[in-house]
Amino acid sequence: MPADSQTAPATIEKGTSLGRDAWFRLRKNHLAMASLWFFVVVVLLCFFLPLVPGIPDPNVTHPDLQSMAAFSKATSMEGQEVSYLLGSDHLGRDIFSRMLYGGRISLAVGFLATFVSLTIGVIYGAVSGFIGGRLDSVMMRIVDILYALPFMIIVIILTTYFGNQLWLLFVCIGAVEWLTMSRIVRGQVRSLKGQEFIEAARSLGLTNWRIIFRHLIPNTVGPVIIYTTLTVPAVMRLEAILSFLGLGVQPPDASWGSLIKEGADRMASDPGLLVYPAIIFGMTLFSLNFLGDGLRDALDPKSSKD
Amino acid sequence: MPRSPRHPTRQGQLTTMTLPGLRGWVIAALVVAGLTSCRRESKVDVATREKILLLGNGGEPKALDPHIVSSVGDSNILRATFEGLVTYHPENDMLHEPGVAERWEANADFSEWRFFLRKNAKWSNGDPVTAHDFVYSFNRILHPKMAGPYASMLYFLKNGEAFNKGKIEDFSLVGVKAINDFELLCTLESPAPYFPDVVKHTTWLPVHKATIEKFGAMTDSYTEWQKPGNQVSNGAFMLTEWRINDQIKVRRNPHYWDAANVKPNGINFYPIDNNFTEEKAFRNGLIHYTYTTPENLIEGYRNQENTPLRIETYNGSYFFRCNVTRPPTDNADFRRALAYAVNREIIVKYVTRGGQQPAYGFTPPSEGGYDPPNVISYDPDKAREYLKKAGYASGAEVPEFSIIINTSEAHKSIAVAIQDMWKKTLGIEKVKIENQEWKVFQQTVLDLKYDASRAGWIGDYVDPNTFLSMWTTGDSNNNTGWSNSDYDRLMKESALISETAKRYEKMAEAEAILLVQVPVLPLYWYTRVYLLHPDVKNWHPLLLDNHPYKHIDLKPAEEEAK
Amino acid sequence: METLRYVVSRFLQSLFALLCIITITFFLARLAPGGPFLDEKAVPEHLIEQMKRNYGFDKPLPVQYGLYLGRLIQGDLGPSLGNKGFTVNEVIAEGFPVSFMLGISGLVIALLIGIPVGVFAAAKRNTMIDYGLMTLAMLGICLPTFVIAPLLGEIFALKLGWFDVALWEDSSAWVLGAVTLGLYYSAYIARLTRGSMLDVLSQDYIRTARAKGVAPIKVLFKHAFRGGITPVVAFLGPALAGLIGGSFVVESVFGLPGLGQHFIKAATNRDYWLINGTVTVFAVLILVMNFLVDILQGWLDPRTRTVK
Repeated sequence: MPADSQTAPATIEKGTSLGRDAWFRLRKNHLAMASLWFFVVVVLLCFFLPLVPGIPDPNVTHPDLQSMAAFSKATSMEGQEVSYLLGSDHLGRDIFSRMLYGGRISLAVGFLATFVSLTIGVIYGAVSGFIGGRLDSVMMRIVDILYALPFMIIVIILTTYFGNQLWLLFVCIGAVEWLTMSRIVRGQVRSLKGQEFIEAARSLGLTNWRIIFRHLIPNTVGPVIIYTTLTVPAVMRLEAILSFLGLGVQPPDASWGSLIKEGADRMASDPGLLVYPAIIFGMTLFSLNFLGDGLRDALDPKSSKD
Repeated sequence: MPRSPRHPTRQGQLTTMTLPGLRGWVIAALVVAGLTSCRRESKVDVATREKILLLGNGGEPKALDPHIVSSVGDSNILRATFEGLVTYHPENDMLHEPGVAERWEANADFSEWRFFLRKNAKWSNGDPVTAHDFVYSFNRILHPKMAGPYASMLYFLKNGEAFNKGKIEDFSLVGVKAINDFELLCTLESPAPYFPDVVKHTTWLPVHKATIEKFGAMTDSYTEWQKPGNQVSNGAFMLTEWRINDQIKVRRNPHYWDAANVKPNGINFYPIDNNFTEEKAFRNGLIHYTYTTPENLIEGYRNQENTPLRIETYNGSYFFRCNVTRPPTDNADFRRALAYAVNREIIVKYVTRGGQQPAYGFTPPSEGGYDPPNVISYDPDKAREYLKKAGYASGAEVPEFSIIINTSEAHKSIAVAIQDMWKKTLGIEKVKIENQEWKVFQQTVLDLKYDASRAGWIGDYVDPNTFLSMWTTGDSNNNTGWSNSDYDRLMKESALISETAKRYEKMAEAEAILLVQVPVLPLYWYTRVYLLHPDVKNWHPLLLDNHPYKHIDLKPAEEEAK
Repeated sequence: METLRYVVSRFLQSLFALLCIITITFFLARLAPGGPFLDEKAVPEHLIEQMKRNYGFDKPLPVQYGLYLGRLIQGDLGPSLGNKGFTVNEVIAEGFPVSFMLGISGLVIALLIGIPVGVFAAAKRNTMIDYGLMTLAMLGICLPTFVIAPLLGEIFALKLGWFDVALWEDSSAWVLGAVTLGLYYSAYIARLTRGSMLDVLSQDYIRTARAKGVAPIKVLFKHAFRGGITPVVAFLGPALAGLIGGSFVVESVFGLPGLGQHFIKAATNRDYWLINGTVTVFAVLILVMNFLVDILQGWLDPRTRTVK
């Protein structure tokens, strides 16, 4: 039998201290903290290292210096001395600096679009699940409809009418990614709302909104965080696909998604093109994932009793 | 026929779901048990033994009706199943091979052609092929209601264009006539000494009247007549199986007039549009031939001993269109600056890597003795000079403009390399590249809503005309907004000349104007880059790449070595 | 009686949703630039006009829409514009078995790997086993299918020769396709299962069961599993529809003639009727799957059944 009926009112009174409690618990989790630091370092590197003089321009080509190995130096036919930290791609561009620049757009898209889909998905799913009945039916059928519509055509049309705009990229990605999130949250909420602590909250005369935001959503935090950490890579990949439809990053600029896509095509001849971007992409996601797990443990209202 | 698991019948579906399914699981189980250690005979080995050619063919055909198709891959299949008046020579595209016509002759100025048909040519149901079949077919493709997308190939015929555009309604006014069952007379709009080259094209293939009309009216463009079992054709092979995105099988046509000399027993065409998959299928011994080869794998194959890699001259030109109707590309000096700033040697050597030739003219140098004028070169100083002439003190002053490409790794690499060359040589900072989805790209080009756009052109026959006629004013493939009255005049004059050398001179004069005005920036001339299994014999390099399959033989390579 | 009413009302809702999807798709497809008759080598305007007449695209849109619905009710999805001579019904009937095989096999693999891994990792929370398993799962999530699929092909088909690398007829390449899909989805399922199992394991009824001395494995699978699987089930609805609806990447890498290719090619060809057809099929899949998911969730977790 769940015993959250006692915890719930407590959270209302000490609303501000929840964050501090969570931070305290998170700090004790070494893996999560290490991940947090790693992540901060990656973000700083991507956004600030390219400003350091001496980091090569990611878009300058040296076709005669294609597919160079890591830590190599060479003189291009224009007589320019070039050194490659992680080697060069098929046009002689510096893989390392392309990765740094690529991280900017990928991280930005990863976070903003995930945030958009998280916000919409959680609120939508919670409202639909909690209110239930006819409203739930209507809201969920809308989700079904959005699932089934041909996404590619919608993107083509929007890009044609609005041009290649950054906000459109976030809208397009956010618009698909919140759907599954809302269904997951709705499922959780439907199972939670029959529990005693919600009954208790109701009998205390709390408004629906207050119950949803104060009691239901905090209790869905587990699956939500997990699914969020799954959404980030999905979003970054989707970004690469959209750039092929003319939305988002356009050549010669790169994103992690497009670098991995290019690398996958060339993995037989230039494995480095796939391996390096995949490593940085993977490490970042790993750190996010462990951070997510740590946050989940720290934020979970139930875990305070552990 | 062996089992055909996927015909669109209910029963067929069940077979598909279970048969390959079971097989796969059984294999999976064997693998897990570690039982499969011996290597099976590969698909290609079996096919060579059975003399079935397995060909990668790029993509799924849009149709198998000669009057509807327009893509190279589609016509590859039709070339196996249909035969025109004249067909392709197995070794040299400059030569002609008699098809349904045994021989042909022209009048003095090449404006009237008589084709004498062989009496033993038969359709795959045994009916004789007659001159009336050709008249019927030309009528069908030119009929306005048919809306054959490539009907303009038949505008060579007198009044062909007028009939196609609905200006005249009586087909008997069009320049084609069956003198009797076995003699066909074609009257042309203007002299064309290269006419036998033209009639080799897919659009000139005959169709079987009774079959067409069994499944609909003459002009119905999407009836079931194209399907295996329904289709009646007159080529060396006939269509026996067509499964979308999977494969198309053609097998020997027993009624074909030259059946005794048809070497393969059949051909399977695989519409694999992922070129990495195609290359892997080749390495895995699943196909004899790949339609293309990924650019990054060329080097590896080139260094192999007895390499299956083939690199051959191809009748095509890769270029950028410039929109001459809006700034900054409306300025001829600016376009010249762009053209002179591109180092084409670098592009072909390091970017396309398939032995392509840098293009300093538009028409490839392979067109039957035509010598394209060399006007453009790579000359950074000249490029900068032209930039100044165009009114820009430096590249930084050039307003923002963009290159549009349709989504593809190859186009992207080329565009990126050129963008960087313009940056380095001319200092142009604000040039963007825009990826567009294929149809969006086509529409943008058609609407002239671009500055520069990537393009390619493959000649339909061996003559500079197939490259140069598109730049005349108002041609529907022009799409640059460029119009030059001298150019139009020279092209018109060239069309009336029947002597080849003189005609080429006129066209070279026209092309020189094109290259001075540069509404298009020529980049390189195509090559065909593909992989061919050593078992395939009698497969020769061809300029147009239209291999007549009946001559191609299959023999195990090892056996021959012994 | 209650259940029957629920099913009937749900069916009617779904039918209405389907109509919305079909209607929106019908008009959306027409908004996309380019049209079905545009070709690389230019087609003269007068011929494009004629092609439009041949297919009835010259009529006003609402009339076309009415005609389309009329045919749709009779089960006729219209002619395919990109595969001339075939009807959309035929195109889908050819592609569906392939995607179905791939999807179902992929799902079985995903569930067989994903759920045990997730449950096990949750049981061994914050141990090396947990971290190891989750690292593997994360690898599956980070490496997109367009990386996994060619890798599997290189290793298991070209290096080891266990499977064919491509094609469908008499070919075992689809097994690799199913494995690719399975690995990819199993990673998601493992992560979701672990997360929600942890939630459930910290609940009081599990503690009670443990305190009573119920065997740990029984606690896991008998008491915790039912509740722990809810988010996975919610994820599975759309995932399964996606799996059966076909995966373009997997089909393209292994040269398989499934529905996934048609989704993309219909859109790029502006094959209006095929776009509508594939979307209709996918919509039915989504509606059915989500319906099943709702039923399944109710069964797994009786509390969600109280709709009031």
